[in-house]
Amino acid sequence: MIRLTALSPPGRAQLFGLVALCVVLTLAVSLGAVSISPGQLLFAPLSRLGLTELSALTPAQEAVLWAIRLPRALLAVGVGGALGLAGALMQGLTRNPLADPGLLGVSSGAALGGAAATVLGGAWSQIGLPVAAIFGGLIVWAVVMAAARRDGAAPISTLLLCGVAVSALASSGTGLLLFIASDEQLRSLTFWTLGSLSGASWSRACLVLGALAVGLGLTARAARSLNALLLGEAEAAQLGVPVEALKLGLTVLVAVLVGLSVAFSGFIGFIGLVVPPLARLFVGADQRRVLPMSVVLGAGLLTVADLVARTCVAPAELPVGVLTALLGGPFFLYRLRAASPEV
Amino acid sequence: MLTVTNLGVSVRGRALVRGVSFGLAPGELLAVCGPNGAGKSTLLKLISGERRPTTGEIVLFDRALTAWRPRELAQRRAVVPQTSPCDFPFCAWEVVMLGRTPHPSSARDRDIALDALDAVGASHLAERLLPQLSGGERQRVALARAFAQLHGVQGPGLLLLDEPTAALDLQHQESVLSLLRRRCDERGDAVLIILHDLNLAGAWADRVLLMMEGQTLADAPPEEAFTPALIHRAYGVTVRTLRHPDTGRALARARPRGHPNPNSDTSRPTLTPPPKP
Repeated sequence: MIRLTALSPPGRAQLFGLVALCVVLTLAVSLGAVSISPGQLLFAPLSRLGLTELSALTPAQEAVLWAIRLPRALLAVGVGGALGLAGALMQGLTRNPLADPGLLGVSSGAALGGAAATVLGGAWSQIGLPVAAIFGGLIVWAVVMAAARRDGAAPISTLLLCGVAVSALASSGTGLLLFIASDEQLRSLTFWTLGSLSGASWSRACLVLGALAVGLGLTARAARSLNALLLGEAEAAQLGVPVEALKLGLTVLVAVLVGLSVAFSGFIGFIGLVVPPLARLFVGADQRRVLPMSVVLGAGLLTVADLVARTCVAPAELPVGVLTALLGGPFFLYRLRAASPEV
Repeated sequence: MLTVTNLGVSVRGRALVRGVSFGLAPGELLAVCGPNGAGKSTLLKLISGERRPTTGEIVLFDRALTAWRPRELAQRRAVVPQTSPCDFPFCAWEVVMLGRTPHPSSARDRDIALDALDAVGASHLAERLLPQLSGGERQRVALARAFAQLHGVQGPGLLLLDEPTAALDLQHQESVLSLLRRRCDERGDAVLIILHDLNLAGAWADRVLLMMEGQTLADAPPEEAFTPALIHRAYGVTVRTLRHPDTGRALARARPRGHPNPNSDTSRPTLTPPPKP
């Protein structure tokens, strides 16, 4: 009998990740032009309910906390988590550790859908935005998967090239929409090309977090099948996994996660690329642990990035998408060299 | 437990497999041999359900392959592919545990996985990461996964293997085949195995399916399938077939130890190219 020492560290890593996320979240809510101490934060919900007068917030703090900081931090958690989960699922689907919603064009497709809703949607543009973004992402992802696959596997070079081609198509569509957009629409569209969490609201944060929770729940139920899928499609089928249904479900889930993220925060790249390999480093390849860990790491990473983006050049604000690209670009180049010497 | 009738598949008008029929009984070890491109792997993919045949029928455990629910079939039939490229950092024991996917998950799964690794002599690899394993080590892990998959099945199971010995050294080739032989003899499992090494097939198989250009050239015990004439037709190589001597001479391969077949000493053929003139 062999002692399995590999079993406990993943649990510790997950716990550590959660604690780190809480710390980061606290920082994100307390730091800024109006600072709120952690102690005040602790009692803020109670005083809001009128249960205590302890460490009451000033009206300014109260407004900043509930209307600005909290929804924004929660949106960062939701979008970061959704992108991390989407990246991990895409990497599992393609059996390729370099897949990412941004690199493979899904985000571009979602941005095209969102832009179309903004420019052409008229009165429906608010509701149409997330829906159109989801469909845009879904169409692009389906096209890339269909175009890049040979015999059930998608070689990295083909996959990336398909992503580039489809991204270019989607971007040209978005460009066309920019061309016909009005000045006001143009300003709101610019935010897609850069990516920012400044459009946060409670409803948006709740929608993304809700989708993320549903996604995590569904994938947790299918985790054994997802693991078998990492071995290969033929292998998974021979292990009794309903491969086609699983792929369809994953494709839709990825499109929903990416579509909502893009609709509410624009094009934030590389989270889905950077986070899953990091998660695997901590907890191994088992999707039952990789998926939650990717959510936690993605949420933490984007929260930190957004905190830096809005404080480092205060009172101005950097687009957070610029920051994640700054971080993710070199990482991608490194992974590309390490993963495939032939590329 | 496996009946294949008039099986055929063509791609763009070219027949990869044509009119192949054979049966496999419980406890039988069938070696599929033939030159490259003879359609051996395609045949295995047809039987495992990875490809759909254009003609013919496959019946597994008295039920047509198409009538099986994938999960139910996976509880009784395991497939070991030729190569399994997987770049995700699974530990070897985790891969073996994936063999339990078709079964309800249980607390014993890990013990089953570790036992299976032990059976293929790879328990020392349990905690090694898959991408760091050599080709031969991966093949043994894949075999352990198949064993874990068939653990605890009711009645005999069916194992389909595509050249599981290709990357193995002599010792492990022998041990893998003796393991499979034992499963046939003790549990009544049926094994269909693609082998390139005719000596291995000759030493261990009950029957040989010799294939050429997608068709069956012979379906017979090794001593009848590996005649110089048939080998020449299949491979275009002239060989002499020798009987395995008791004393383990230089050109003979290792004699199967503990083999229950009483004929094994004398009737198993061994092949060697003739001396150059």
